[in-house]
Amino acid sequence: MKLFSSIGAYLLMMKGMFTKPENLKMYWKELMHQSAEIGIGSLGIVAVISVFMGAVSAVQTAYQLTSPILPKETISQIVRDTVILEFAPTLVCIVLAGVVGSKIAGELGNMRVSEQIDALEIMGINTKSYLVAPKILGALITIPLLVILAMVLGIWGGRLAGSLGGILSADTYDRGLLENFVPKNVWFALVKAYTFAFIISSVSSFYGYNVKGGALEIGRASTIAVITSCILILFADYLLAFFIL
Amino acid sequence: MIEIKNVSKSFDDKEILKNISAVMETGKTNLIIGTSGSGKTVLQKCMVGLFEVDSGDIIFDGKDLTTMSEEDRKELRQQIGMLFQGSALFDSMTVEQNVKFPLDMFTKWNHQKKMDRVNDVLERVELKGTNKKYPAEISGGMKKRVGIARAIVLKPKYLFCDEPNSGLDPQTSMVIDKLIHEITKENNMTTVINTHDMNSVMEIGENILYLYQGKKEWEGNNKEIIFNKSARLNEFIFASEFLKDAKDMRMLEEKGIIDNDRNMEQIMRDGGSNLVIGDEDRKE
Repeated sequence: MKLFSSIGAYLLMMKGMFTKPENLKMYWKELMHQSAEIGIGSLGIVAVISVFMGAVSAVQTAYQLTSPILPKETISQIVRDTVILEFAPTLVCIVLAGVVGSKIAGELGNMRVSEQIDALEIMGINTKSYLVAPKILGALITIPLLVILAMVLGIWGGRLAGSLGGILSADTYDRGLLENFVPKNVWFALVKAYTFAFIISSVSSFYGYNVKGGALEIGRASTIAVITSCILILFADYLLAFFIL
Repeated sequence: MIEIKNVSKSFDDKEILKNISAVMETGKTNLIIGTSGSGKTVLQKCMVGLFEVDSGDIIFDGKDLTTMSEEDRKELRQQIGMLFQGSALFDSMTVEQNVKFPLDMFTKWNHQKKMDRVNDVLERVELKGTNKKYPAEISGGMKKRVGIARAIVLKPKYLFCDEPNSGLDPQTSMVIDKLIHEITKENNMTTVINTHDMNSVMEIGENILYLYQGKKEWEGNNKEIIFNKSARLNEFIFASEFLKDAKDMRMLEEKGIIDNDRNMEQIMRDGGSNLVIGDEDRKE
């Protein structure tokens, strides 16, 4: 029953976001602030993960492809498709669920516990609209961009690992990248990115916004937000793959 | 003026407020007092619309909050300023940004006009020169004053304060009480203060509502409170050692030795030192 009441409360929170802003300029300012926090704040970790993700992918693919029949270009094709289809959208978003999700839940939880949300409500501001909506919109703007960056850096990481490790030359790697490329994969990856961005931001906002208690509950809300986001991301990943591919 | 008519509120079958009726008067500091758990904060949150009442009416100068549309509520809320127990300052903003926030949100003023208003209210609460500091960099008393500045920057008609002296030393508490009282008079606001600080009650309690277990137990002012006949209220106010002398005053009044027209401020200041109270006077 608690699951159904949580789902109901979540849907009510989402519905409550759709009201006329009290001051469009202030809402825009908050949206830009959240976009910068989510996007630029996560740039470093996404870059590092992506490069190493691509590098490890190349090394391990080369390890497994021992047959001399298969050309070296196969390694780069596998790295490309793995990074685009799975590692960039899913793995990066799982990491972002921890980084961004815990930040959103913690921030809103702290605001709830210290009565800052009540202070905004007393002023006549719709806090669901002013606090939650910019986080969701900011995530929808910046997380797909981070996923695109992850794709580029992941593929480049594979190229770097391949050439530095003597696995395959950069030219061979580049030739492989161009072979059998399916553009639909990029589109699919972006569908995943938008879906996961929505899950991360809305679920974390829900848990943070509805914290009741003190510091312990804020920590608990952050943890539950991350766990729930990760589970929903994996579930959505499977469903999207099943229905689209 | 705020009228509370037969307000009741429950949480999970537990009745917190039981049929409370009272009037919060304009231009006065109206205090809601009571022990912890008596329902003070719940009553105040019902009055500002953070909680919905189960029954009863809350009327702001003729407009009933309980039957208002969402748009009308929003409009009313812009006439309300609130000081929270923990100040509720926005951590990521400076003092100046905190005080300027309601102006940015609800006015179309240019930047200079907003800054002039911000500087005026900061000067009024004696915080000139702290504009660029963050909440984490200022003391508890200063945070309360920033909270007051933010609450009054839009010149509200109604000011609510939830335990404004919580966590403050006695001297700073008096400064905050005096500030709230002066601002109430200057702007002819209806101020409602939740407190269990007897110093505040005696200093600025122009209209006092005492709650006991969710019910209105007593209503009066700071001149009448010492001479009240409610056993529960007496247990509450005389728990303070400071008012032991006041209890002696009450006994002397009952014996007809003094009368209750005496200036209470003078009595509290003297601690009754100008009266000789012997053991025979203390005998009931």
